[in-house]
Amino acid sequence: MNLNGFPILSTLIFLPIAGAVLLLLISRSNENLIKWVSLIVSITVFIISIPLFTEFNKSTHLMQFTEKHAWVPSLNINYSLGIDGISILFVLLSTLITILCVLISWNSIKAKTKEFYISILIMESAMIGVFCSLDFMLFYLFWEAMLIPMYLLIGVWGGSNRIYAAVKFFLFTLVGSLLMLIGIIVLYYQAGRTFDILELMTKTYPYQLQIWLLWAFFAAFAVKVPMFPVHTWLPDAHTEAPTAGSVILAAVLIKMGAYGFIRFSLPLFPDASRAMTPVMLTLSVIAIIYGAVICLAQTDLKRLIAYSSVSHMGFVTLGIFALNSQGMEGGILQMINHGVVTGALFLSVGMIYDRTHTRQISDYGGVASAMPVYASLFMVFTLASIGLPATNGFIGEFLIILGGFKANQWAGVLAATGVIIGAGYMLWLYQRVFFMETNQKVAGLADINLREIITLLPMIILIFWIGIYPNAFLGFMHESVKHLLERVNSGSMHEVGVAKNILEIIK
Amino acid sequence: MNNYLLIPFLPLAAFLINILFGRKYLKDNAHWVSILAVAGSWVVTVITLLDVLSGKVVNEDIYSWIVSGEFKVSVGFLIDQLTAVMLVVVTTCSALIHIYSVGYMQGDKGYYRFFAYLSLFTFCMLMLVMANNFLQLYFGWEGVGLCSYFLIGYYFDKKPASDAGKKAFIVNRFGDFGFGLGIIMIFLTFGTVYYEPVFSQAKVFAVQTINFLGYDVHLMTLIALLLFCGSIGKSAQMPLHVWLPDAMEGPTPVSALIHAATMVTAGVFLVARCSPIFSLSETALMIVALTGAITSLFAATIGLVQNDIKRIIAYSTISQLGYMFLAAGVGAYTAGMFHLYTHAFFKALLFLCAGSVMHAMSGELDLQKMGGLKKYMPITYWTMLFASLSIAGVPGFAGFFSKDEILWLAYSGQSPVGKFVWAIGTVVAFLTAFYSFRLIFLTFHGKFRGTYEQEHHLHESPKAMTIPLIILCIGAVASGWIGIPHLLGGGEHFTEFLTPVLGHPEAHGTHAEEWLVMAISIIAGFSGVGLAALFYLVKTDIPVMLAQKFNATYKVLWNKYYVDELYSFIIVRPTIWTAKNILIGVTDAKIIEAIVNGIPKGIGEFSRILRKVQTGLLQRYAAIMALGVLIIMAVMLLR
Repeated sequence: MNLNGFPILSTLIFLPIAGAVLLLLISRSNENLIKWVSLIVSITVFIISIPLFTEFNKSTHLMQFTEKHAWVPSLNINYSLGIDGISILFVLLSTLITILCVLISWNSIKAKTKEFYISILIMESAMIGVFCSLDFMLFYLFWEAMLIPMYLLIGVWGGSNRIYAAVKFFLFTLVGSLLMLIGIIVLYYQAGRTFDILELMTKTYPYQLQIWLLWAFFAAFAVKVPMFPVHTWLPDAHTEAPTAGSVILAAVLIKMGAYGFIRFSLPLFPDASRAMTPVMLTLSVIAIIYGAVICLAQTDLKRLIAYSSVSHMGFVTLGIFALNSQGMEGGILQMINHGVVTGALFLSVGMIYDRTHTRQISDYGGVASAMPVYASLFMVFTLASIGLPATNGFIGEFLIILGGFKANQWAGVLAATGVIIGAGYMLWLYQRVFFMETNQKVAGLADINLREIITLLPMIILIFWIGIYPNAFLGFMHESVKHLLERVNSGSMHEVGVAKNILEIIK
Repeated sequence: MNNYLLIPFLPLAAFLINILFGRKYLKDNAHWVSILAVAGSWVVTVITLLDVLSGKVVNEDIYSWIVSGEFKVSVGFLIDQLTAVMLVVVTTCSALIHIYSVGYMQGDKGYYRFFAYLSLFTFCMLMLVMANNFLQLYFGWEGVGLCSYFLIGYYFDKKPASDAGKKAFIVNRFGDFGFGLGIIMIFLTFGTVYYEPVFSQAKVFAVQTINFLGYDVHLMTLIALLLFCGSIGKSAQMPLHVWLPDAMEGPTPVSALIHAATMVTAGVFLVARCSPIFSLSETALMIVALTGAITSLFAATIGLVQNDIKRIIAYSTISQLGYMFLAAGVGAYTAGMFHLYTHAFFKALLFLCAGSVMHAMSGELDLQKMGGLKKYMPITYWTMLFASLSIAGVPGFAGFFSKDEILWLAYSGQSPVGKFVWAIGTVVAFLTAFYSFRLIFLTFHGKFRGTYEQEHHLHESPKAMTIPLIILCIGAVASGWIGIPHLLGGGEHFTEFLTPVLGHPEAHGTHAEEWLVMAISIIAGFSGVGLAALFYLVKTDIPVMLAQKFNATYKVLWNKYYVDELYSFIIVRPTIWTAKNILIGVTDAKIIEAIVNGIPKGIGEFSRILRKVQTGLLQRYAAIMALGVLIIMAVMLLR
């Protein structure tokens, strides 16, 4: 379905690149123009993406807004795009986040401004491309293309230990990706020389091959998520990255791993996925608790939020591998939620870092007295992060724990302990930064200005929108998730809810 | 009857107005918004109550909240007799405490913030009691917890206040952990989280067992106990009671509203609401009764020796909440609700009087520095005296009727632990009377023991504070009159009203026994008052002597049985130690990072070795080649 033949997805992908080219033509010294052009381009892209939200047909699981052109006919590679109920929200999240990243960097990026915004815009293209690709080669291209601008964002505009962090980030993800590439090529030959993702999903593969390919893809996705135990690149990357880099990382980049599980691993290797659920559930629960407990001992603001991401993404993978509709929908929603909330937390930390130039928690205290507006907004993010009802975090976590419990009682119960520890570290962090006596280092700080409030406002709106009326978002997923679960559970093992069991016994 | 929606949403609107415009525009007028809203809620509540009295019950959905697969839940409201009682308690107490706060909080720099939170709290509490499904109940439940967190830590620049707020939130999360699992179990059992289908189908599962985490357990017992975990946290029962005494760091009106009259009783409300589930499990009821009874005794003993005026009342609250659970646990849900209702008045009054005393004493909390305040603040004295007579169970006062009903139903009911908890309840009645009057005598009688400046400053509180005291005092005296037992010629109207929801409690005893139980509880109450009078009015050296003689016991009580220290030792410190020394120090740094950094290092080492082979010296290449040829030939020959 194209909007009257208008190639909306291609526009979304290529407009930021066009913007980046335009930036190349602007004189380096004209920083204001560079910023404004980037802002206008990112806002335009966002506006163009809105029809996806309004025109999307929620009653089908089929791909929508599709485009398909032959690209390398000899190898049967196509330029093929499309979105469904699983990917649409991530496209929107990417276009929104980019605007906020431009806004948050307005005053904090002072060196190599031009290159910085070019990186951000190219990043946007690649992210949207990943979520829209329906051809494996095209997907892989965008997937690897994301690495470069991110590597530069960390390595050029990062903190003092940026080179170590950037190289670590690059190597981790590259090693994972290469294994996936091998997997893609094996699939290509196995399925009769096609990279078409939709076509590949209709075929069945030998069980043993499924297992091998599952692990090959797992390598790429688990690193991105990041799942325990391949999470250690994340705290380093987050800590060293500039604010915009952290925000993109947290909000979109690490979602790609979980997205990959849903989009590729489950439908391509349904039998292997089902067989591997115990492993996945275990790793998820470990990530939830491990990530949460380790937060209790962090002394660095950004590092703490980074580790909390490990915990929250554990919830996401738990929901996905629960392989039931609550878990899956909760998992997808929680990816959006985590993007919004953790994105907002990194934006907020960036704002105060611009003022104090310290990330040490012990350097703060009593900030609520100096910056009441900032403190209130940060409180909302904190509450969303610990899953308070009426915020988005609650909807996601509740559905995930429900789904997880259904799949495996222990998984559900242990995951729920993560919610207790989550409240512990977040409230403790809030107390140490905002409450108690005012630390000399933060006395007299200026409260956040209008630009900063505008940067955070979309997040506040989304937090309550999803929290109070989640059906506006869950509604996109129902058909696609149902279809996916039918595919995954169509094998010998069937999903049997505890409820059904009990009712059958009674009757 | 759609106007009932105004009851919760007026306070929500007040919250939004105050939080958005309070700091810049409303400032010292912020209270008007909140007071008008809560007054409006109160008026609509009265109208709604009349509707319910005439037999109308509302149960309807407003909009679909979460839909995922077969899980569906809406924002919806149920207004039945039980809800109506809670609505009256919540809006009445909230309205009076709003007004009181105008006087109490005057001149505070966070004035707008205080009223915003009060309104938000009122909204959440109303959503909690008006829900028609478990998930919305949970929303209100967490919401009131959040407001409690905000208000306990209201003076956020003080470390103890921010510590106490955080502690309240986290301790409650432990309880809510069970509560949440309970809701999930309900959904998995019934396929819905709405009250109506769940309660009507509960009987179907009466003998069902289920495998939970590897154990075969009785399904209804499991669900009831998981829900009860939430109650234990919210209503500060053992072992999760530790947050409530610390919660006294908040402003006193907050203690009165949240930590006495309304929020902390939500746990009792939950048990009453879920009575169809609890009634199917004798084990669960027994645990509820015993938890209530033991907590009640435990908190009362601590209350005997404390000197902080607010903390004594806090322990008294924990103890009285235990009483309510005791009632619910013996199946006397109506009696528990009756005590909840009378307790709201006399306990809110006690706190507000304590606030009035603090106001006069410039924030002083130590009983040992007070004394003789009677002549300076007569209104506070008389209202507090009446509240204490009520809690002590003096005949005629509200507390007497509700307490007596609980004790009688415990004694005469069918619970296997009925007689035991009745005995504990009677002892607690004695202790309650004692510590309540210890507080009265030390505060208002005798000679003033504070500083000269404090004495100079003593005054009665302003009208905004004393008028709510007087109104609440009427409630503390008279609210019990709608539940006078048949034995005394009353109509038991309260019980009759709630019977459609909670059922009629069973009593198996003679009139003679009923008189006896009543007589014993009256004697217990009076002897408590009498002993307090002896210790603190007549022979004031006795308490000191006793404290010295039973020093060990006194120390244990003074330190609240060392529960806080225990938790710090077995939970908090080990967790943080593990995080620091095991997770960061060993797992992340020594294991994962070692492997991660080890692989590239290993590759580097390996290539360094390979590099040695590539020397570029032709002779060596030739030599190695010759060696290779020789080896191949050798292999071929040996075959």
